[in-house]
Amino acid sequence: MRARLLPMLAGVLFAAAAHAQGYAGLGTDAEGYGVVSPDYRLTFPRDHQPHPEFRIEWWYVTANLSGPDGAPLGLQWTLFRQAVRPPGDTDADGWASPQVWMGHAAVTTAREHRVAETFARGGVGQAGVTAGPFEAWIDDWAMTAADDSLDRLRLRARGADFSYDLTLRAEGPLVPQGQDGYSVKSAAGQASHYYSQPFYSARGTVTLDGRGIDVSGRAWLDREWSSQPLTGAQTGWDWFALHLPDGAKLMAYRLRSADGSAYVPGTWIAADGTPTPLADGVLEIEPLAWHRAEGGEIPVRWRVRYPDRGLDLTVAALNPDSFMTTAFPYWEGPVSYTGTHRGEGYLEMTGYRDD
Amino acid sequence: MTGFGTLLATLLSHWRRRPWQLLALVVGLAAATALWSGVQALNAQARASYDRAAAVLGGDRFAAITGPGGQAVSVADYAALRRAGWRVSPVLDGSWQAGGDRFRLLGVEPLTLPAGAPGGGRIGTEADLVAFVTPPYRLIGSPETLARLPAGAWATRADPELPPGVLIADIALADRLLARDGRIDRLLVAPEQPGGLPPPDTLTGTGLTLTPPDESSDLAQLTDSFHLNLTAFGFLSFVVGLFIVHSTIGLAFEQRRPMVRTLRALGVGRWRLTGALLAELLVLATVAAALGMALGYGIAGALLPDVAASLRGLYGAELPGELGLRAGWWLTGFAMALAGTLVAALSALWRLHRLPVLAAAQTEAWYGAQLRTLRLQAALAAALALAAAALAWRGEGLGAGFALMAAVMLAAVLALPPVLALVLTLARRRARTPVAEWFVAESRAQIGGVSLALMALLLALSVNIGVGAMVSSFRATFLDWLDQRLAAELYVRGADAGQAAAMTAWLQDRPEVLAVLPIQSVELSRGGYPYFLHGIRDDAMYRESWPLLQAAEAPWDRVADGSGVLVSEQFARAAGLALGDRLTPGGAGPAWTPEVVGIYPDYGNPTGQAITSHARLTARWALPPPTRFAVRLTDGATPQVVAALNQRFALGPEQAVDQAALKAVSRQVFERTFAVTLALNVLTFAVAGLALLISLLTLAGMRLPQLAPLWALGLTRARLARLELVRALLLALVTAALAVPLGVLVAWILLAVVNVEAFGWRIPLRHYPGQWLQLGALAMVTASLAAALPARRLGRTPPALLLRVFSDAR
Amino acid sequence: MLDVQNLTKRYGALTILDGVSLTLGAGETMALVGESGSGKSTLLHLIAGLDAPDAGRVVLDGRELAALDDAGRAAARRDLVGLVFQQFNLVQSLTVAQNIALQARLAGRHDAGRAARLSERLGLTGLEARFPEQLSGGQQQRVAIARALAAAPPLLLADEPTGNLDEATGDRVMDLLLELVAEAGMALILVTHSPRLAGRLRRVERLHAGRLE
Repeated sequence: MRARLLPMLAGVLFAAAAHAQGYAGLGTDAEGYGVVSPDYRLTFPRDHQPHPEFRIEWWYVTANLSGPDGAPLGLQWTLFRQAVRPPGDTDADGWASPQVWMGHAAVTTAREHRVAETFARGGVGQAGVTAGPFEAWIDDWAMTAADDSLDRLRLRARGADFSYDLTLRAEGPLVPQGQDGYSVKSAAGQASHYYSQPFYSARGTVTLDGRGIDVSGRAWLDREWSSQPLTGAQTGWDWFALHLPDGAKLMAYRLRSADGSAYVPGTWIAADGTPTPLADGVLEIEPLAWHRAEGGEIPVRWRVRYPDRGLDLTVAALNPDSFMTTAFPYWEGPVSYTGTHRGEGYLEMTGYRDD
Repeated sequence: MTGFGTLLATLLSHWRRRPWQLLALVVGLAAATALWSGVQALNAQARASYDRAAAVLGGDRFAAITGPGGQAVSVADYAALRRAGWRVSPVLDGSWQAGGDRFRLLGVEPLTLPAGAPGGGRIGTEADLVAFVTPPYRLIGSPETLARLPAGAWATRADPELPPGVLIADIALADRLLARDGRIDRLLVAPEQPGGLPPPDTLTGTGLTLTPPDESSDLAQLTDSFHLNLTAFGFLSFVVGLFIVHSTIGLAFEQRRPMVRTLRALGVGRWRLTGALLAELLVLATVAAALGMALGYGIAGALLPDVAASLRGLYGAELPGELGLRAGWWLTGFAMALAGTLVAALSALWRLHRLPVLAAAQTEAWYGAQLRTLRLQAALAAALALAAAALAWRGEGLGAGFALMAAVMLAAVLALPPVLALVLTLARRRARTPVAEWFVAESRAQIGGVSLALMALLLALSVNIGVGAMVSSFRATFLDWLDQRLAAELYVRGADAGQAAAMTAWLQDRPEVLAVLPIQSVELSRGGYPYFLHGIRDDAMYRESWPLLQAAEAPWDRVADGSGVLVSEQFARAAGLALGDRLTPGGAGPAWTPEVVGIYPDYGNPTGQAITSHARLTARWALPPPTRFAVRLTDGATPQVVAALNQRFALGPEQAVDQAALKAVSRQVFERTFAVTLALNVLTFAVAGLALLISLLTLAGMRLPQLAPLWALGLTRARLARLELVRALLLALVTAALAVPLGVLVAWILLAVVNVEAFGWRIPLRHYPGQWLQLGALAMVTASLAAALPARRLGRTPPALLLRVFSDAR
Repeated sequence: MLDVQNLTKRYGALTILDGVSLTLGAGETMALVGESGSGKSTLLHLIAGLDAPDAGRVVLDGRELAALDDAGRAAARRDLVGLVFQQFNLVQSLTVAQNIALQARLAGRHDAGRAARLSERLGLTGLEARFPEQLSGGQQQRVAIARALAAAPPLLLADEPTGNLDEATGDRVMDLLLELVAEAGMALILVTHSPRLAGRLRRVERLHAGRLE
């Protein structure tokens, strides 16, 4: 679940309201915006395109890579969209477009975590997502395809001290999350539309300080949109995307509430792409070790258990300092795990700031 | 009371017995401080305002990308640059009218605005950001600016830091208010850019140009010369004021010699006494400075509207209407006053310090001492005159201009006593009666006492004559020039190209319209000096009335065929261009190096200008269709054409401006520019008059012993009083006569040196003998007023007081 | 009290004082006589530290004047010496009362009672608020005497104090001066060219051509 993207954008624009109304305003009223429905059926390539009537949406790629020396390296490319006011406005062209776009990019090694962000207003061509062929971009960061599918992508981004250029190749099908892509975020029924492509093989070049590194590995794409995915009482989340050794994938998240309880759903994705939604209570996720990162104490070692399948994993961050020092900060970085299985994945954590 | 307190009280008791002297000292110092600090307050206000404007609007500190010739950039080009990696942010910047008032509206795009860019940091919290970028949007401005908006018509947010007249809005709102329809005035280039970016123009093919950050055209620098002028005047007044302080302190210290001797005899050490005198001076100076500062604040407040108007008219710089007080201003004001007092008192203080306790038995050899002083003054004056000549010959820059002026004035001032002495020596040879002989001898003896006051008078008179001549010459030249320059009867501007074309067509069909001439230009630069290249259509209007300072053969033909350009005087001076030199304006097409075939005056314009043919301009630069035109009409047709234009096109204000209105505005700018100069001039003169009055008043008291013998010899008191009056008038007359040539010299320096350096133009010097006579009369009136009071007092001095002169054994 | 040794003073080629030696005990009074130009005033000035000798030394109450700087000499003058001049030397801008108190105040030992008593004894009562120019010569000299005595110095130096006064007034002023000096037990050097005045003092020294006879 990338319920996070919303918060980011919202964070930039609505941070003042964050603590009163749940994490970064995600718990605010959705009135006037599009409403998520369990009856909605995902259709491709149409749903790769933006859904501007919804308040928030993102195209989110994370990749677990390694260089020629085998050293692990993580990478993130994200495009967020947010509508700052509901659709239906008459004056919504050009500069007056209600859409705001935000890009985040990061490269993480065991010792370094480099971050860049950029913003754009909709309506003028500085950022957007178009079909024919598929293209998602903000400034000179882009995710492009030769056709309207997401099967083969080129991914580029650039920061002050890093850049990357990857090709992604889907080795399996798109996977709807939750109930046919309807992903519930709370017992009260808050939800989003959510699908993933977790089966990318990735290859390309990461440049750090002008030094190019040939990299290869795996990548994971999340697509999600909604207008109000969290309840007002939810304070943040811990999101896991793990590649299992046999080709299966596990997506799980832990939505924390102000009262200390948590809502923990997930999806088990078989190696052929068949998803099994996991209801709250099937998985057990608990923090093991904390790290003082920028702005707060953050758990960087976790225990993730899936008793039904005999999984008992200890998940550790590659770089505990993988804090996104963006306008709205959060933690996002590659992880590895040991225990009953060994492997890698990505972890995202929000809502841990002291302030 | 402590010993030191007793000492100080004893010294101060002198003033209680001589309140006039105390008044003179305090008033002199207060006046000096007032004029100086007033001018400083104005300058500080202006500078702070520029800094603020630069902090908020200082777009020049960023590189910028614009279309060809400073034209707009399209949204498509903006997106193309961003997608190529350029970190640029769009800015709309235009004049917006609301409720009959004009504002500078700055449209910014907060999501891409680089840190420290114009409007950056002005939006407020993140919650404010949402309000800023969503309807109904927000107009951000200073409270006084917002108060000028129609009430309730706009959502606003106050930011007292913003300069007056400036509004900041989201680009979406600004786009609508300024009717830009997606045209971007410029793209700000963030200082940090990714490496390896292709040049803007190769990305879009639309002739985008990258202008590097511009440090030179910032307001503070542009207006420097203006402020230097003010400062020079403030300083001049300060010096004149110090003349008063110097002479008063000198007199007061002289009169306290016996007291000082007594105190020393009673056991007060030399240094202790000097310390007490210094403490006394500091106390007096502090009081006077406080008065002066308050006065200066008042002066600054009174002059501020004119200064603000001048700066707006000359440079487009906005000043807030209220004076801010700054700690630094108080400190420097007091420091100047105290330092000035010390400088003025130094010689007197030194003399008292060195005074022997035992009075020398012999009477002072005043004649020999005076002779030595006069010789020294003459020698110094000669040296300064030489320095001035050297400066006039080799000096360069505004600083040298002012140095030249200072040298000339100091030389003249120092030469005054020797010249007066010479005049009186000559007069003595012609004196026949004993009274006349006594009169001349006495006048000569008095030179030492009044020379400082007369020097101040000379200074004030000559500066008045000089500034008066400058302003009058300027005004006459400027008005002639306006008449020639604004030759067309009507100036019109279309709101957009479509309206402009429709207006042109409509105008050309009217019988009373003789010609419709487009006005179009591109902004270029030569060696870092920005200038506008204008294109004009060959027309009799230009050939007949456009003023040229220098011209080659057939300049208008050369302009029309493209082989020649005309350049403005400022441009020619700044870029070192002369007739026959060649420009390389650039643009599209084969190499073009037109020759300078004429230089024309362009008063009041801070930027350079050049003129080529309209055809040449539009051929080399891809300009949008012209929207501004000069329209030539038959005599008397202007009102009806304007009325018809308004009716047909529903023109906004300033879209059709007739020649008379333009001239009126220009004249107003001119008047206000020099209003401040004239006001300071008058104040300086007043201070000089005061100096004369005070000198004569204090002298009158000292003159009693000299007059008593004559009274005893049979001259009536009334006759003596008349003689005193005549003497003052005579001295003032000689001074005034000397002030005329000096004033003309000052005017010449102002026009031929200072103005050329400060503004880049030279005005022919004209002479105004009427002004000289007026000033001379004013000087005589001042002198007679200053002499009348002591003379009257003398006339009424009781004989008993005169008798005491004989009975007092001293 | 006062020890003058071998004092010499020249102005250019002119020798005013030529090796003058003189001692004066506490409370001792003495007249110094001589013709005009004999060096009387110069000797007085040297004793008061108003001028510096070319040779010799002046020791005032144990303080060697030549060893002191200007401030030290001024302090000695302020604390030890009262001066009465022929020209009165009052501060014109101070009132009578302020003039009388001036030296005592400068020396930091002003005593209002003493000043009032002196005023009364010298016949200045009622004139305290006046300025010197509003007084007669005799009155001005009495103010000068009061000023010198108010500071209660151990040594009074008087230079022709009655020289500017008519004889009757001069005698009255001199009577008062001697009376008050005796009461206060001060030492006194009175410079005069009048043998009549000199005769009123116990000790008379005569200065002739720069030497004591």
